[in-house]
Amino acid sequence: MQQIFGDFIEEKQDDTEYLVLGFSPGSLPLKERWRANGLSADFIADYLQIFFIGQQENNNNNLKAPIPVPSKNAVKYIANELLENAMKFSDETSHDVTRFAFHLYSNKLTFYVTNSIKPEKVETFQAFIKELMHKYPHDLYFRRMESNANDENTNSGLGLLSMICDYSAKISWKFEMLQTEKHIVTVTTMVSLDV
Amino acid sequence: MKIETEDYSVTYHPETAIVVCKGSLLLSGTEEYAPILDLLNTAADEQSTKLIVDVKELEFLNSSGINTFTKFVVKVRKKQTLQLEAVGYGSIPWQVRLLKNLQRLLPTLALKLE
Repeated sequence: MQQIFGDFIEEKQDDTEYLVLGFSPGSLPLKERWRANGLSADFIADYLQIFFIGQQENNNNNLKAPIPVPSKNAVKYIANELLENAMKFSDETSHDVTRFAFHLYSNKLTFYVTNSIKPEKVETFQAFIKELMHKYPHDLYFRRMESNANDENTNSGLGLLSMICDYSAKISWKFEMLQTEKHIVTVTTMVSLDV
Repeated sequence: MKIETEDYSVTYHPETAIVVCKGSLLLSGTEEYAPILDLLNTAADEQSTKLIVDVKELEFLNSSGINTFTKFVVKVRKKQTLQLEAVGYGSIPWQVRLLKNLQRLLPTLALKLE
């Protein structure tokens, strides 16, 4: 069974530049694996710069083409936030690999992150997604900052909101529920950045 | 007062009323950012008129880090007596965005974009 939120487009195996990484959930405790997020995000941002610089050089010969160069910081920020969320919210009992992929098209960069999620977390997460989709994100962003400041334990949602508000990212989700004895749920987050 | 690791440092200079943040901050959440928030709050409590937070040499900040700065700024807003100034580079878009977001939470925040 699938549930889609937003303008989710299935990942295509086409001839774009793409990279796929897989993270095994059980190899180390989260605290020790945390460092890997920033390292992976750095690598992804550095890797993509090759194609942006290459594209800019090609465009320099074509005076009419725009010069799309998303900043290395933007790519690193998005990649890092997606990895952090996947690591924090994945179901460590499920043994499913967290999969991170990006595809570079001529006019956009698309990330796909797939991770398991505890079934009991799905409802809250989907309620937040519906809020994101139906309310003005900038208002939501600042209201979350205010409520996080007044509540010791809350930090949720700010990563996704910052991607939308500060980096103009478009985000959509696909939830898949497999009918087994354990009710395994996976969520794929798709983030699109115009380039 | 200083917190320093191989990735970042946050240093409070009481004599010049400045907190300087350097490096990359990618800590995992409220608990890990608590020492940094405590340092910022201590600086705000100890200074009576003005405090400067300098993020020019901060290379990266994750959303939990943004959350830490917004918590700090909301606390300063409640104090009302302290003039807070934030310093960043105008040529680094994410720093400009961060400081402008903080200014939206605390309208009296003075921005210096070098």
